[in-house]
Amino acid sequence: MTGQAQAGRPNKLLRNLNAKIASIPMILTALVIFVGGTFWTVFYSFTNSKLLPRLSFVGIDQYERLWAAPRWVTAIENLALYGVLSLIFSLVIGFMLAALMDQKIRFENTFRTIFLYPFALSFIVTGLVWQWILNPDFGVQSVVRSLGWTSFTFNPLYTPEIVIYGILIAALWQGTGLVMCLMLAGLRGIDEDIWKAARVDGIPMWRTYLFIVIPMMRPVFITTIVIIASGIVKVYDLVVAQTSGGPGISSEVPAKYVYDYMFQAQNLGQGFAASTMMLVTVAIIIVPWAYLEFGGGRKRG
Amino acid sequence: MANIETLNTTAAASDAVAPKLGEGPRGARPRPALSGRNIMLYGTLIVAALYYLLPLYVMVVTSLKGMPEIRLGNIFSPPMEITFEPWVKAWAEACTGLNCDGLSRGFWNSVRITVPSVIISIAIASVNGYALANWRFKGSELFFSILIIGAFIPYQVMIYPIVIILREIGIYGTLTGLVIVHSIFGMPILTLLFRNYFVSLPEELFKAARVDGAGFWQIFLKIMLPMSLPIFVVAMILQVTGIWNDFLFGVVFTRPDTYPMTVQLNNIVNSVQGVKEYNVNMAATILTGLVPLIVYFVSGRLFVRGIAAGAVKG
Repeated sequence: MTGQAQAGRPNKLLRNLNAKIASIPMILTALVIFVGGTFWTVFYSFTNSKLLPRLSFVGIDQYERLWAAPRWVTAIENLALYGVLSLIFSLVIGFMLAALMDQKIRFENTFRTIFLYPFALSFIVTGLVWQWILNPDFGVQSVVRSLGWTSFTFNPLYTPEIVIYGILIAALWQGTGLVMCLMLAGLRGIDEDIWKAARVDGIPMWRTYLFIVIPMMRPVFITTIVIIASGIVKVYDLVVAQTSGGPGISSEVPAKYVYDYMFQAQNLGQGFAASTMMLVTVAIIIVPWAYLEFGGGRKRG
Repeated sequence: MANIETLNTTAAASDAVAPKLGEGPRGARPRPALSGRNIMLYGTLIVAALYYLLPLYVMVVTSLKGMPEIRLGNIFSPPMEITFEPWVKAWAEACTGLNCDGLSRGFWNSVRITVPSVIISIAIASVNGYALANWRFKGSELFFSILIIGAFIPYQVMIYPIVIILREIGIYGTLTGLVIVHSIFGMPILTLLFRNYFVSLPEELFKAARVDGAGFWQIFLKIMLPMSLPIFVVAMILQVTGIWNDFLFGVVFTRPDTYPMTVQLNNIVNSVQGVKEYNVNMAATILTGLVPLIVYFVSGRLFVRGIAAGAVKG
């Protein structure tokens, strides 16, 4: 490997001292915040801390209370529904846009600029714009009605059953550009000769995509899925801006539950338990991926 | 086809990174321009592009209308009478709670948060990435792995311990505290970015400098830094947009008078008191989105590279 800085000093700790000094922030962050902070939160999720963290253990009480709370169950259901739909639609839309962009089109840069600009905007801005567009009195619904279709109803943000779809629309608008970019990079990595061979064999384009190109892009898909998935679990600002969890509790998400219990309801124990559940959710996604990527990777060389 | 041309000329004008000639798709351009395939292709792309542009358009036209016009009409129609009053009001008069000095306060708070956070996080991560690439020591890879795995832990899990630490030091609720938090959470991705970049540089350079007797800082400042300006720009883009757009840390780690712009914007728009002034809300929304949008349009390809760097692990 590089370096190793054979300074030849006798003291082992002092060897390569500058690099160690430069790494102090990283070491502190990794150990104190990432490892320490995580264990601290998990540890205190077994206490009945209210306003301040206290060391009075109550076993898994907080978790029982958590899963008995309708608000948390709603939040998890929302996250599951939103997560699955957002994953599927991001991949499909992102890939289709990328495939269109890969047809040697003109003005590729212009199109890419347009598809990607929402990604530069914050979730707060995204949520507020779509709150306005989906506003029942002025937005899409009222515009369609004013065109003559008076019974037209499209009011997701005030209808508990479909509010999560309203959030999904905004999220897809914001995030699909990124997926498109990743997919496009993946498509550009495919050897031209594959396309030539497929054309010579007379395989239709859609079949080439479906059975040859997509399987070849497996690593890109996996990376993209991990990126989308870890974003999904964290979804918070968008909901706060667009619906504030409403109407009622129908668009609650876990991240919002955590924040509300930690910083507003003064019920730290619940917040810790809920955030630990979020950690478990992420672990369920990440561990198989890490295994595929790094565990299985060795065999592939 | 005329449609396509007009759309593209206007869009190309706003595209500051307008394509360098000669770049773009490889190979010869096939087929005549007006084939059925092309109409389908460009038709789909243009419809999609219009969908993506729609919210921006709605924001701009709403912010230029007066309230009476908004109550009458159609959010998609262009303003009959252009007024800039909503912008002035959003910037200088909009109320959050008791303060009525508009978004300007949030803007300056965001500037005061973003500038030091970007500088500090990049300074730390670049030196650190350099140490990880060229001066490995026992355990360095282990800590780095922990750092990268830590990037996947939901922030909610680590927020409260940080609140306690900052409270103990006495900087909870101050901008300094928030700057530290941003520097911490920017570390995994930035360190990865710099480490991978420095690893990709030819090793001989480093070795030659070592043979000539240059030390850790000398090599970094005189050889590595001048060679890695593009990656610094990428890191800056990543951090400026990320920190400017942050909401969660802002709301947790600051107080109302130090709220960053995003938090203040949300409070202005979603406040339940008073009559809703949609034009002011939209003007405020654009103002908040303006900084990352400018960064995006100015940086163009580098922005794409930045997010791709954020995406591609290892």
